[in-house]
Amino acid sequence: MARRLALGALLIGCAALLDALLPRLLDPYMFQILIYIGINITLAVSLNLVNGITGQFSIGHAGFMAIGAYVSAYITYFFGPGLATATPSGGPPPGIAGEFVLFGALLAGGLAAAGAGWVVGLPSLRLKGDYLAIVTLGFGEIIRVLILNIETVGGARGFAGVPPLQKFSPVRGFFWVFLLAVATVIVSVRLVNSSYGRAMLAVREDEVAAEASGVNTTQTKVGAFVVGAFFAGMAGGLLGHYLQYLNPAMFTFVKSFEILIMVVLGGMGSITGSVLAAAIMTILPEALRGVKDYTPHNIDPRMVLFSLLLIVLMLTRPTGLLGHREIWDVVPWRRRRHPAGPNSGGAA
Amino acid sequence: MNTFLQHLLNGIATGSIYALLALGYTMVYGVLKLINFAHSEIFMVGAFTGYYAAHALGLASNPSLLGAATVMLISMTVCGLLGFLNERIAYRPLRTAPRITSLITAMGVSLFLQYGGQMVFGPDPKFFPQVFPKSNLQLGGVVTTNYQLFVVAVAIALMAGLQWIVYRTRFGKAMRAVSHNFEMASLMGIPTDRIISMTFVLGSVLAAAAGNLYGLVYPRIDPLMGVFPGLKAFVAAVLGGIGNVPGAMLGGMLIGLVEEYAVAIDPWAWGALHVHVGRFKDAIVFAILVAILVFRPSGLLGRYEPEKV
Amino acid sequence: MAQAAAPGGAELRGSGVTDPQAAPGAGEAPAIEARGIGIRFGGLEACSKFTLQLRSRELVGLIGPNGAGKTTIFNMLTGVYQPTEGEIRVQGRPVAGLKPFAISRLGVARTFQNIRLFRDLTVLDNVRIGAHNRLVYGPLAAMIQGGVWSRAERETREQAMALLAIFGLERRAEESARGLSYGDQRRLEICRALASRPAVLLLDEPAAGMNTAEATGLMETIRRIRDEFRIAILLIEHNMEVVMSICERILVLNYGRTIAEGPPGRIQQDPVVIAAYLGEPAATVETIR
Repeated sequence: MARRLALGALLIGCAALLDALLPRLLDPYMFQILIYIGINITLAVSLNLVNGITGQFSIGHAGFMAIGAYVSAYITYFFGPGLATATPSGGPPPGIAGEFVLFGALLAGGLAAAGAGWVVGLPSLRLKGDYLAIVTLGFGEIIRVLILNIETVGGARGFAGVPPLQKFSPVRGFFWVFLLAVATVIVSVRLVNSSYGRAMLAVREDEVAAEASGVNTTQTKVGAFVVGAFFAGMAGGLLGHYLQYLNPAMFTFVKSFEILIMVVLGGMGSITGSVLAAAIMTILPEALRGVKDYTPHNIDPRMVLFSLLLIVLMLTRPTGLLGHREIWDVVPWRRRRHPAGPNSGGAA
Repeated sequence: MNTFLQHLLNGIATGSIYALLALGYTMVYGVLKLINFAHSEIFMVGAFTGYYAAHALGLASNPSLLGAATVMLISMTVCGLLGFLNERIAYRPLRTAPRITSLITAMGVSLFLQYGGQMVFGPDPKFFPQVFPKSNLQLGGVVTTNYQLFVVAVAIALMAGLQWIVYRTRFGKAMRAVSHNFEMASLMGIPTDRIISMTFVLGSVLAAAAGNLYGLVYPRIDPLMGVFPGLKAFVAAVLGGIGNVPGAMLGGMLIGLVEEYAVAIDPWAWGALHVHVGRFKDAIVFAILVAILVFRPSGLLGRYEPEKV
Repeated sequence: MAQAAAPGGAELRGSGVTDPQAAPGAGEAPAIEARGIGIRFGGLEACSKFTLQLRSRELVGLIGPNGAGKTTIFNMLTGVYQPTEGEIRVQGRPVAGLKPFAISRLGVARTFQNIRLFRDLTVLDNVRIGAHNRLVYGPLAAMIQGGVWSRAERETREQAMALLAIFGLERRAEESARGLSYGDQRRLEICRALASRPAVLLLDEPAAGMNTAEATGLMETIRRIRDEFRIAILLIEHNMEVVMSICERILVLNYGRTIAEGPPGRIQQDPVVIAAYLGEPAATVETIR
């Protein structure tokens, strides 16, 4: 137990250290890319939990991002300053108190998104394949349209003036983004290595057989949805506070599709695949930024290229980079973790 | 009462367009059990082809009904070909792959056409010309244009034609056989590949017509114009019972009417409920989708087929 | 190959693998009971007035021509279909309206006519999922991965491996289920069903596609399962050798109704049964051992 606490503290320490150092070591452009990679990792891994591991085809993930983003921004914008300064005398210094306010707001955003995941999941998950995809798409759109019409958070003009991450805390964006990405990966890996994860995989493979084996398939599916939505909501919250701006147009189906491409590219069901693909799909568009000048009408070619990439990928290697496997199944430098048993021979 | 009829006509006109689009979705789903996401882009290409053809034929300055018909035929040909190629290149190789793979590919094609369209046509909206002379009409208190009537007339004619093809020709019978049971149909000697190709072509032709008609009523066209009408047409197909041809027609009409009346009752709704119902019309359509799939997945006219364990 | 070199009965009993969740003794409620159940699909009455009482350690066969409704009955017993008439009780408990996973947790396990394995998962994982019923830790424990979790995981793994050993599959534990031979896949399915420690095991054509040697081995295995696991077994089979040799009692179904019930000897000679199988000359039936 002590060892775990020590590891946890080490992780937080690392995050804080990187957060302080990286802005000095890297130029702002590189730093920003790192932030986006972190956010995209969270998004991809959380979607992978639903699509890849539980086999439920959800393409409304951006809707959960939006809820998390707007709820957390609402809290920090309207209540933040008040809460942060309301520290009792003798309590923690304002910086740390601010940290808690921010974290609380992000958490609230995540929980709101999780709630939405539950609301969306429960009726939808009777549906299979294509229908589920369309319904999740529809829900994503419904959420977006609803937000578009809420004037308090800016509606179509967008929500400008979202408090920056620095306002509340000495740490900048990287701290939270890093920790969230790590948390999402850890939660995913641990879920998969438990009976819950096996239940999710069973639902993916054959729902009827899973149900006959005692798996409450509805609960499993909704659970995956809720957890996935939670992390998407937290990621949305971080994005909003990093950009200090939100607009419903940021959370359309195209965004959901981008996250989906990451999961598919990495290999549906592979956690490390999603991490890899998130990094690739964040860096690649940046690398292609200059191409815009040469395209007809100066249209950003990213979407054209990515959709083409997706089509080619589906026709040639639909399992993506890693398929169902994790990177340690492919690269033999590390054995898959499980409690030692009679036949714990390593994977081929 | 007049306003009611006015909205009724508008709703039917929009609904007809949705119906034409919905037919494409429903037929393809019937034979392949695939949601052809790219269908909405075929619709868009139809509108743009109509635009360019109209200008090429100089119809902007010389509008005529014959010209309008020619333009529509040109669009239909182009889109029919596009639909054929789409199926051949992107969907046929994945016939045996898991459904998710085809679905993702369909989404990919859709986005490719949208953003490719932006590159090819330019992102700015264009204005569909008035391909035949527009005139206002008064039908017993209802003010409308001959465009609206044209839309409804053409749509009904096409739908009647489709009904005839589906229920009174060998091809139609083959198509229905394939949609009931693919393996059996091929074992019975039906050339399933050809039937599927023809289904795509047929759906795309209707989509092209829909695109042109849409351009007449809502002249502002842009490469992303297909997204929402496509989604709504899909909802219409599901509402009517996916795979069911008359269902798609019915569903399209209903969705068109729902949209129209949502906007129509907006002032009342604002006063009574303080909700701008009109602004939520898109959300309402999606809510309908969710409701059907949850409460009556087979749609209004479809039959529920449980999975055999 | 069907023969399995396996630990003997004594070892198995100690390991806790074989104890069913609740073992009813004689005189207690039957392990599973159907009272006059029937089901209609639209206008078609697929099954009617089906009655069955299965007690612990009984081995009963359900036979009948194709389409007689045997799998439909399995589906009703496991909650996949809700009967439109009659009642089903598992260990005395009525199960009307319960979803399949709930019925599974009450102690009913099954295999499928068309083998439904988790193909992309390992052999071991397939069996471990069978044990999902007996989950002892919550999601929080799964996150922390502390003592509770590691103990439970180790036990699950050991028990699963022991089960695999009975069927001779332990050496292939880490292989993908997809790669197994047909016979092995069938056996894996039975293994998975047993992992939930059921009181009742429903086997849907376990010998389908097997040759004589494999089928004989399967018969042995089924008998042993019944003895060592102390469960009730209901078997759908077309392979008459298997059915006649291991079942104590046989129900014959035709057009959704029971047309005969009794010990194998009597069933073999029953003219109604022979007629139902359409053209099975009495001579051939008598030679079935």
